[in-house]
Amino acid sequence: MLNKNAAAFAVAAALGLPCHAGAQTQEELRDLREQVKQLDKRVTDAEQAAIQASNRPAGENALNPAVSLILNGIYGNLSQDPANFKINGFVPTGGEVAPPDRGLSLGESELAIAANIDHYFRGTGIFSISSEDTISVEEAYIQTLALSHGFTIKAGRFFSAVGYQNPIHAHAWDFTDAPLANKVFLGNQLSDDGIQLKWVAPTILYFDVGVEVGRGRNFPAGPAGGRDKNGFGSGNFFTHVGGDFGTGTAWQLGAAYLTTSPQDRAYDDVDSTGTPVTNSFTGTSKLWALDGILKWAPNFNPTETSFKLQGEYFHRKENGDLTFDTAGAVGTRPGGYGSAQSGWYLQGVYQFVPLWRVGYRYDRLNAGTTNIALVDSGALPAADFPILAKYNPTRNTVMVDWSPSEFSRVRLQYAQDKSRSDATDNQVFLQYIVSLGAHGAHKF
Amino acid sequence: MKSILKFAAASSLALVALPAAAALNVFTCEPEWAALAQEIGGDKVAVYSATTAPQDPHRIEARPSLIARIRSADLLICSGSELEIGWIPLLLTQSGNDKIQLGSPGNFEASQYVAKLEIPKVIDRALGDIHPGGNPHVHTDPRNIAKIAAALEDRLVQLDPGNADTYRSRGKSFLDRWQSALARWEKEAAPLKGVSIVVYHMDFSYFINWSGMREVGSLEPKPGIPPTPTHLAELVDQMKRAPAKVIVYSPYNSPQAAEFLSSRTGIPAVMMPFTVGGTDKAKDLFGLFDDTIQRLLGVLK
Repeated sequence: MLNKNAAAFAVAAALGLPCHAGAQTQEELRDLREQVKQLDKRVTDAEQAAIQASNRPAGENALNPAVSLILNGIYGNLSQDPANFKINGFVPTGGEVAPPDRGLSLGESELAIAANIDHYFRGTGIFSISSEDTISVEEAYIQTLALSHGFTIKAGRFFSAVGYQNPIHAHAWDFTDAPLANKVFLGNQLSDDGIQLKWVAPTILYFDVGVEVGRGRNFPAGPAGGRDKNGFGSGNFFTHVGGDFGTGTAWQLGAAYLTTSPQDRAYDDVDSTGTPVTNSFTGTSKLWALDGILKWAPNFNPTETSFKLQGEYFHRKENGDLTFDTAGAVGTRPGGYGSAQSGWYLQGVYQFVPLWRVGYRYDRLNAGTTNIALVDSGALPAADFPILAKYNPTRNTVMVDWSPSEFSRVRLQYAQDKSRSDATDNQVFLQYIVSLGAHGAHKF
Repeated sequence: MKSILKFAAASSLALVALPAAAALNVFTCEPEWAALAQEIGGDKVAVYSATTAPQDPHRIEARPSLIARIRSADLLICSGSELEIGWIPLLLTQSGNDKIQLGSPGNFEASQYVAKLEIPKVIDRALGDIHPGGNPHVHTDPRNIAKIAAALEDRLVQLDPGNADTYRSRGKSFLDRWQSALARWEKEAAPLKGVSIVVYHMDFSYFINWSGMREVGSLEPKPGIPPTPTHLAELVDQMKRAPAKVIVYSPYNSPQAAEFLSSRTGIPAVMMPFTVGGTDKAKDLFGLFDDTIQRLLGVLK
């Protein structure tokens, strides 16, 4: 107010109003007061107008949702043909697990649209357009805003909260491709149609628990697209705990338990004579996932340097029946099946100067035990199930990337991939990933 | 499901609970708003600042400890104008807290209460990481602090009418002290008028506007883009032709670029406190402006 009055006097003076000399009678003084009052009001009004004007312009368009488009392209140089990619020792998932093509290719373009629907819900749709011109719904979900006490409900199609990396979009990954464990246990990246309920505890130490029920439209559930039945095809329980160490290190530990009952979950293989066969599994599949993440930056300020350590461990148990050659090419044979397998990876990414990062990742899968009754009883030779023959795949990956802004990244990656039991694949990828439009916010 | 929730509820009791003594849990995006909330709220508020002075408020990770804090907040105070767009939206959706969502009384955006500067005429990412709503670093103009304090006082009264008297009297006391400090700062900062300044980022625009200084360049080639050798070389040339009086940077900026330019041109480089806690003397909002002005006057001597 002091300022405003001072300004009003200044304006009055500038306008040549009789401020002191002539103001002798009461009437003149009253007039003067009135003038000052009016000027004061005008200054206040002008200030308000300036605030209004400086806020965002309104308009029909202003309510458009946040739209962003992710573009990425890749050059691949691989010593093995990606079309023949397989991970020996493990049941094929039917997911997009193969490495990128040889030569130049367009990666998946991703269109994301998100906005608050009203004061109760937020909606997000993320659509992926593959280089083969097919469009798929990656995620399409609504999420509650108005539940209190730490509860959030999410419904629709979304990436399941199994492990650390699964819910994160591929463009935000630190390496070009998914860890081998994510490829064999989650079909690269597991999304399902379902409902998620999550609760965040009212504690200083971060703690959440959640449950997801879903259709079971993808591996490890089956058949692809989900079973024809009422109720649920998959269930997932998860929890996270996290916090800070000191003034620069943030950490989070997570655990998840995914349970499904696949029915006629099919995969392709060749029998001992080289004839293509389709086998199918019916039973139960239980997956445990443990994950840990540690992020360090001096004073939590990652602009100059930062370090990120990330690891996940998966363990899966499957029990049920494995039917050999469902199509009857060489003779359909049913039999029991049981397996206990695991896998893990550990990766570190270090930003050594602004914009530049280097990273290393080690992948390891343990084929564990697989019991096929048809083989154990001697009905069929083990060579009839070549993909399930015991083998422990490993992979070493290094990468360097450069992010000239928050919206673009260029990455060079080399991997020595021993997913196949019979050959080592040396892979080099040069990749760009850019984001157009709305400023995205990335999960921790 | 039920048993999991029961387990969760039971185990959460074993963990450290949030302070419940204060009437309002306040979560602020930046330390200056934490200081302001503390001035007005006194012991009726428990204030937590998501960031400290050495952190760049543009680039914060939505880490678990922040989700845990925002989950129990009754009031969220941020600069707004898209300063926190890279992390606050994520915290909001993860919080499961309806009180602080956009449009709720518990969501307070400081920059809405002042006239914003540098509203871009052209909005394009080729211009750097620009803020379509205008420059969000509104707290560097002391007059803005007064306006925001008045608005925050009203908001605290609205959220916690039971303690209205406290907020009103503390608010009045703060504004009285602030107005007299402002009058003093206006006198002290008078020599800064017309003084040319090179900034690191456009985060001192409001201070420059208030003090009448003249910004002649920035170490960032474009907002949000770290200094490049080419751009620094251009700045060295520019400073040789028309030297500025001072180069400033914030505690969250690396001093290297400012020191490089300083060593090549002889123009002093000074770290500004930028926010509360940025320097030893910037213990509160008063100290912030005292120290900012003194540091600038120091190089003019």
